[in-house]
Order: sequence, then C-alpha cells, then structure tokens
Amino acid sequence: MLIIKREVCGYCGACVSVCPEGALELVDAYLTVDPETCLDCGICSKICPLGALEVKNAE
Amino acid sequence: MQNKYDVLIIGGGPGGAMAGKAVADAGLSCCIIEKRPAIGAPVRCAEGVGSEISDYIDLDPKWVSSTIEGALLVAPDGQTLELNPKMAGNEVGYVLDRKIFDRELVWNAANAGCDVFVKSRASSAIMKDGKVCGAVIETGGKTVEVYADVVIAADGVESKFARWCGIDTTVPFAELETCVQYLMTDIDIDSGQNAFYLGREVAPEGYIWIFSKGNRTANVGIGISGKMCKEGKRPKDYLDAFVAKHFPQGKIIELMPGGVSVCKPLACTVADGLIIVGDAARLSDPITGGGIINAIYTGKLAGEVAAECIASGDCSKKALMKYDTIWRSSKMGKSLARNYQVKEIFIKLEDEKLNSIVKSVSTLDMETFDTKHLLIKLVKYNPWLLKEIVTLKHLLE
Repeated sequence: MLIIKREVCGYCGACVSVCPEGALELVDAYLTVDPETCLDCGICSKICPLGALEVKNAE
Repeated sequence: MQNKYDVLIIGGGPGGAMAGKAVADAGLSCCIIEKRPAIGAPVRCAEGVGSEISDYIDLDPKWVSSTIEGALLVAPDGQTLELNPKMAGNEVGYVLDRKIFDRELVWNAANAGCDVFVKSRASSAIMKDGKVCGAVIETGGKTVEVYADVVIAADGVESKFARWCGIDTTVPFAELETCVQYLMTDIDIDSGQNAFYLGREVAPEGYIWIFSKGNRTANVGIGISGKMCKEGKRPKDYLDAFVAKHFPQGKIIELMPGGVSVCKPLACTVADGLIIVGDAARLSDPITGGGIINAIYTGKLAGEVAAECIASGDCSKKALMKYDTIWRSSKMGKSLARNYQVKEIFIKLEDEKLNSIVKSVSTLDMETFDTKHLLIKLVKYNPWLLKEIVTLKHLLE
C-alpha cells in the first residue's frame, strides 16, 4: 500500500498529475490516497520531489 | 454561494481569475472556488514571465519583484552565454510576486461581479446525460451542489475536475518535471539577470534557475524529468548540492516543491458544459516550463467563449470547441506545439554538445526574447545542429 510521509510531503500535487488511476488528491494542505483505487504502481513515489511517498508491500 | 451560476470556475489562480473577470464583464453570473484558504499561496512557481505579458494584461508595478534585462545560460562545463536585449537596458521580462499578483487578479474578478469562495473545494462533477452541469463543493464543513451552464476547470497541475468528467489528464511521468525551489536571501546575484544552469550532473533533462527577486534575493530552483528522479537523486538532492556550491552562506526562507508538465496539451480541452484552461489543460511550455501567460490567455478566452455560448443557448462541446480551435491556432498554441518538438530534441543532447553550443558564442543580442529566436541565433553559430537534427530546420521556419 502507498504510505504518505506527511512530515516530508510538501503538498505540491506533482504526484496527483501522474497518477494513472486518479487515486491521489490534494485536499488543501494535505494529500490523500484512495486505497481502493490505488494500484501500488509506485509512479507517484518515483517522481515525488521530496521523497514523501513509499509503496510498502503487505506482509 | 448560490446553487446556480452561469459559469462555475474551479481554481483561483491566474487562469480562473481571468475567466471570472471575462464572464462578469459579459454581465453573467459566475463564481470562483479556491480550495486553499488564501489566493496566491503557496507560490509553487519560479514567477518568471516574458515582457509579452503586457500584451495580455496591464502590469501593475507592485506585482513585480524584479525587472529583468538579460539572461545567462551556464553550460555543463561552466562556460556562459549572455543573452541581452538588442537595445541595452530594455526590459525583457519580470519576476512576479505571485502572492500579490494572483490576489489582485482575483480582486479584479470580484470587483467585476464574480463571486469568490476560498477554502471551498470541488469533490466531484455533476453530470447529466454526459454533460457537465456543475460540481459538488465542500465548503465550511458543508457539502453543496452548485449548478452551472459551463464549468471552467482551472485547477492547475493537480487538476482532478476534468478527470471526474471522464477526460484522461494523466501526465506521462517522464514528461512531468519534478521541481523544488528555495526562496533564498543574502546571496550574490545580478538582480537584473536571470540565470539558467544546464547539464546532466546539474539537472538531468531539466535546468536550475536563479530568478532574481530583487536585491540579494532570488528564487533558486530546479526541475528534472520524472524519469531521472530516484531515491538520493531527487530534485531536492541536486538543488542542495548546487546551493552548497554556489550559495553556501545564503539563507533559505521558503521551500516550494512542485510539478510542471512538459507533455503535449490535452488532445481536446472542452467537453459538453466544460472548458479546461492553463496548467490543468497541460498548457505549460515544454521547454521553459512557464505557464502564467498561457493560463492568463486561455482563462480569459475561456470566459469569453463561455459567455458567448451561454448567450446563444448552446454550451455543447461542439459550440465550446471555438475555445480549443482559437488557442490552438494562436501564437501560443503554435509555440507550444513547436517547443514540444524542440524539447524532444534537446533533452537528448549530450553535455559535450551543449558545451560546444555555448562555447560557440559568448553574448547574443536578441531582438525578440524567446526560445525560437534564441535557437535561430544558436543555429547560425552552430550549423552542425541543422545537419544532425534534420527536423530542426522545419521547426524554426
């Protein structure tokens, strides 16, 4: 699943624009992910300018 | 907030504000909703614009942090190329203060009669028989439905509204410049010159900019291609290395991450009851990443076309297509199409080639300060470019 490190995230929305599923949304000053829609593809975590996103595989 | 407007505008940046003013000036009801609590913040922008902004709006001096009279390109090996206006001392561009600029544009819309609500966010589109009819809006803890004949999506790079209307707005990750900018003070800069640093080691498939914000203060930022970004090599890592080398004593008083699309514009920027403008329509320039003027131009055009279509009682995709057709055939539309092709060529150039281009000439006097005219000049000093890149000649015609 996608982990959002809130203390690292600069809530810029760069990730929202590349999400192929539309699973991310920038709500004012925080980022949300819809776990139902997110496919854990990791594109968002790759492009994050600050490194605030991480895909963690379920154990 | 009324439950019905002629035009509902999602987003209170320059595109949304210009749309709101155009609709209100046409005597129709309109409303701008902005999800942030304040217009113009956070900035998320290098704030540079060419002097041609005056062709679109009357620039108020208090929106301007710095007047720019030239640019400096720094090659990967450190050699420099200075770009000057043909007439010495002529201004070629500005670095804006977007906190003030954005707010004033929204003020102008409000003064013209447009409603404005901040901390109010669209959470979905209202669709009927495939036509966009309004938006569900979260405002002050309440959820309300607002209907409109035309909705203008001006919701920026993180745009969701058009997607909710069924349009795929995904930016290919290789065509998303991932950016970090510091507002720095106490640094030695030329306050009348903007600088651009190129090179794979400095900013792979992007550049570092130093945009003057006045005396000893500047936006120092970087954009790199999403495909070059990885752990330990994120834009912040490159920028920190640059700052440590060039401005070790400088103070960082603001940190701004962000994304800029350098892809092609959306294949179609209208739908039944919907117009998409500015960054939301992927209209930032593929070479420079600049998007302010394009948002201003398309925002105003969207407002005008929406007002016309409402007056004639037809807000179908076919009627609203006028907007799409006009911007695509405009100077801006042609420049976006050309610059996309040019970007595709230049991101592939090796550092040695960039070095050799910059080495070919140390200063250029520019009659017109834009990428096309710069390329035409550079080709003159580097005729091999035309031989190696056969498509380039056609692009510069």
